[in-house]
Amino acid sequence: MSIYTSLDAVSEYVLNCTKCGNCQAVCPIFKEMLYEVAVARGKNSLVEVLLDGKAELTEGMAERFSLCTTCMACVANCPNAVPSDKIVLAARAEAVRRRGLHPIKKVIFRTLKLQRLFDFGMKVGSKFQGVALKRIEGKHYGARMRFNIGLGKEKVFPNLAAKPFRSQYPTVIKVDKPKMRVAFFTGCMINYFYTDMGKAVVDVLKVNDVEVVIPPDQGCCGIPASVNGDVPSAKALAKRNLKAFEEMGADAVIVSCSSGGTAWKHVYSELLEDEPEYKKLADKWAAKAYDINEFLVKVVPFKKEGLGRVERKVTYHDPCHLNRGQKINKEPREILKSIPGIELVEMKDPGRCCGMAGSFSIVHPDLSEKIGSKKIADIAGTKTDTVATACPACRLQLHSGVVNAGLDHEVVHVMQLLAESYAKGSMAAAAK
Amino acid sequence: MFNQEVLNELIKALGKDKVLSDREDLIAYSYDATAAVPRQEPDVVVTPTSTEDVVEVVKIANRYKLPIYPRGSGTNLSGGAIPLQKGIVLTTWKMNKILELDTDNLVATVQPGVVIQALNDEAMKHGLMYPPDPGTVSTATMGGSVSECSGGLKGLKYGVTKHYVMGLEVVLGSGEVIKWGGKTVKNVSGYDLTALFTGAEGTLGIITKILVKLTPIPEAKKSLLAVFDDLDKAGNAISDIIRHKVIPATLEILDKVTIGTVENFTHAGLPTDAEAVLLIEVDGYKEVVEREAPIVEKVCRDNGAVDIKVAKTDEERDKIWFARRNALPSLAQVKPALVLEDATVPRSKIPDIIKEIRKIAEKYNLLIGTYGHAGDGNLHPTIVIDPRDEDEVQRMHKAVDEIFHAAIGLGGTLSGEHGIGIGKVRYLPLEFGEAGVRVIRRIKEALDPNYVLNPGKMVLREE
Ligand SMILES: Cc1cc2nc3c(=O)[nH]c(=O)nc-3n(C[C@H](O)[C@H](O)[C@H](O)COP(=O)(O)OP(=O)(O)OC[C@H]3O[C@@H](n4cnc5c(N)ncnc54)[C@H](O)[C@@H]3O)c2cc1C
Ligand code: SF4
Ligand code: SF4
Repeated sequence: MSIYTSLDAVSEYVLNCTKCGNCQAVCPIFKEMLYEVAVARGKNSLVEVLLDGKAELTEGMAERFSLCTTCMACVANCPNAVPSDKIVLAARAEAVRRRGLHPIKKVIFRTLKLQRLFDFGMKVGSKFQGVALKRIEGKHYGARMRFNIGLGKEKVFPNLAAKPFRSQYPTVIKVDKPKMRVAFFTGCMINYFYTDMGKAVVDVLKVNDVEVVIPPDQGCCGIPASVNGDVPSAKALAKRNLKAFEEMGADAVIVSCSSGGTAWKHVYSELLEDEPEYKKLADKWAAKAYDINEFLVKVVPFKKEGLGRVERKVTYHDPCHLNRGQKINKEPREILKSIPGIELVEMKDPGRCCGMAGSFSIVHPDLSEKIGSKKIADIAGTKTDTVATACPACRLQLHSGVVNAGLDHEVVHVMQLLAESYAKGSMAAAAK
Repeated sequence: MFNQEVLNELIKALGKDKVLSDREDLIAYSYDATAAVPRQEPDVVVTPTSTEDVVEVVKIANRYKLPIYPRGSGTNLSGGAIPLQKGIVLTTWKMNKILELDTDNLVATVQPGVVIQALNDEAMKHGLMYPPDPGTVSTATMGGSVSECSGGLKGLKYGVTKHYVMGLEVVLGSGEVIKWGGKTVKNVSGYDLTALFTGAEGTLGIITKILVKLTPIPEAKKSLLAVFDDLDKAGNAISDIIRHKVIPATLEILDKVTIGTVENFTHAGLPTDAEAVLLIEVDGYKEVVEREAPIVEKVCRDNGAVDIKVAKTDEERDKIWFARRNALPSLAQVKPALVLEDATVPRSKIPDIIKEIRKIAEKYNLLIGTYGHAGDGNLHPTIVIDPRDEDEVQRMHKAVDEIFHAAIGLGGTLSGEHGIGIGKVRYLPLEFGEAGVRVIRRIKEALDPNYVLNPGKMVLREE
């Protein structure tokens, strides 16, 4: 019994919520809405009455369960260690089981619309950008939606890649005397938008003598489906990815987005609990799944020689599912601090959710925007020129916020700075 | 009686976005942080943003004879915010503005929905603080903490909420608005209604503005931890510190059960064979702290402390407070529910009440961790229970009953800071007799004759 297959799986968790209210201090949604259902204990109380059979799982209730970015801030602040994010995920899955996909049709509908737009955009290339998106004056990068498809017109989107990341590279990227062979799980955002991030990951791994394979049959990580309760789709995607990676074989799977990391490390095993064959596969890959920062600090320590100067003042935003979800927060900082020239300035509360939360921003664009603006104010307070993070979804949200606030920050993945440093280092060496 | 008409009137008066009536929303207003009390969903929830809004709600409630349950953050531990008789829950979360911070008079004026820590953050910018700091300082509202007269860790030196409230604006049960008190240190005009409404648990009026005193942030502080192998020795040390004319900002105690439970879950290397641990912090000017800390250390040693640690760095200070911070979370790991009592006795009776509580725990076969504000005589015997175990719940109720009797027997009170609310109402005669209860009732009926405000709490209609 997992949280994806039965609401009963969370009954013990719900019982442990003593309604102390500590979650109010940290829940980003609560802070915007100031309303009891928005905070963890409120949603827990809904699940409680559901489990007791004292209420129906109405569409209204499903809507309340959508009020969560699964940022886990409440979990970290809970004296009773109640995993309220899991309770919400279980409730969403239960809603889909009881009511069909109906309650989340909005999400799916919008995502589909968006995906069709992307696919279309990929085909017609740059012409599409002008039709759907309005370039932002004076900016080298990014555009706003010309028409509101439910994402809010304010969100600034990165330019679509001219060619998806995965078709830019061969399946196997060889290096001399490889220390290890890793399989790179790119995730959708790197594939469609942030090819620069993907390139940085590959470049850095190459410098560190790691052979990279990019399994061609990989797809979406499945998290957008699993967090919305669409368990069958999530399962299908999990299996597809496991098969794709199993076929290629590798010593490790490397991810550079926080949802991908969560998927490989935790969610696939939970999703596939009742399918022993796949469960075994999921457990096997979970044991060798690493976030790129973690990998470069703990598994193959990144080379300190050959790092060139990068003159930047950088502030780092902790992605929720990397920081609280995978307990990775020291590693990216260690990498940033070891790059010569970088001055790391911590923002106030770097671990607070940026409000993107994947499809959350599709369901609740306005809330997402408001939560994001708090983050942007904290960034502005650091007087830096670069925001580093370790997740493409956070990057999108932060970039959009920075542009809308009229700030000049460049928003990048830690790996882009590391790759930049290696590149500068090798240029300097060549000049000598 | 609640009906569509009431709902329409509320919407007409306040606007649609300030009225919640979907069952999915009401469910989440059926509780507060209190364990083992009944839950009840209200008929409707309103979120006023101004005093005028509150007046409108009170008028409508009176017209339809509907109860109003004021609610801050719902973190109280006496059932104070539970809408026992349904009706209207009035939440103050959206009345959350700091209206003025007057650094000349060292006062602040806030709306009731301001979270205590938010006021502190603002005051800190001016080198000031608002000392009352319940464990919920970053969630509880000013309105809720004034209504419960919350205490906290710094009570011994800095006092509790009532020592800081200088004035209030209150909407009475009739819908009239009164303002009482003010920025002057001295004020003897009329009865002290400011004091009356402080700690009234929302039964006499709805607080819509609060004027509080601020104090300068102390320049320095120093923390000590003293371990005792005997409860009486720890008790003597507590009184002896005060006898030496040192008033620590904080003087906390953890009993053996609590220490053992924390150690069990954190493996931090706490002295599990100790009978009691005292945590002491002195604060003030650097020079004062440098003089007081050694006195405290010496007194503890003279009273037989087997180990003493003095924090030299912030990190060490953090370590010293680790066990205290983890007391509640660790007890919570043992079983799902916690019943937090706050029986309070004169400071000198701390060892006696801890021993009594231990006997009671044995008698009813319960795990009771006792810790709390030793300097204030305010302990938090925390009973861990599984609410599904009916027998255990029954034993818990009996134990609570005996703890109350023990505290009163030692010259103490039913509640030091958590309030009377639902559960302790029937014990009030124990503390001040039937005549005392009648006085409370007459006050209630003078100000809220229809029992519109928070009915079922603190004071009940004559049977
Ligand atoms: C983990 C934990 C630790 C705690 N530690 C402490 C502690 O150390 N010291 C301490 O004293 N308490 C403590 N408490 C209790 C609680 O935090 C305090 O009582 C707090 O001040 C309540 O504030 P609130 O905003 O949550 O009020 P609520 O719980 O919402 O309301 C409390 C009461 O006030 C009334 N009320 C609220 N707002 C108004 C208003 N504007 N006008 C009139 N009536 C109103 C309500 O009807 C209710 O009766 C603790 C609670 C928890 C859960
Ligand atoms: S902090 Fe944890 S136990 Fe407390 S109300 Fe929130 S979820 Fe429940
Ligand atoms: S996971 Fe984040 S958004 Fe969801 S309830 Fe907890 S704190 Fe709020």
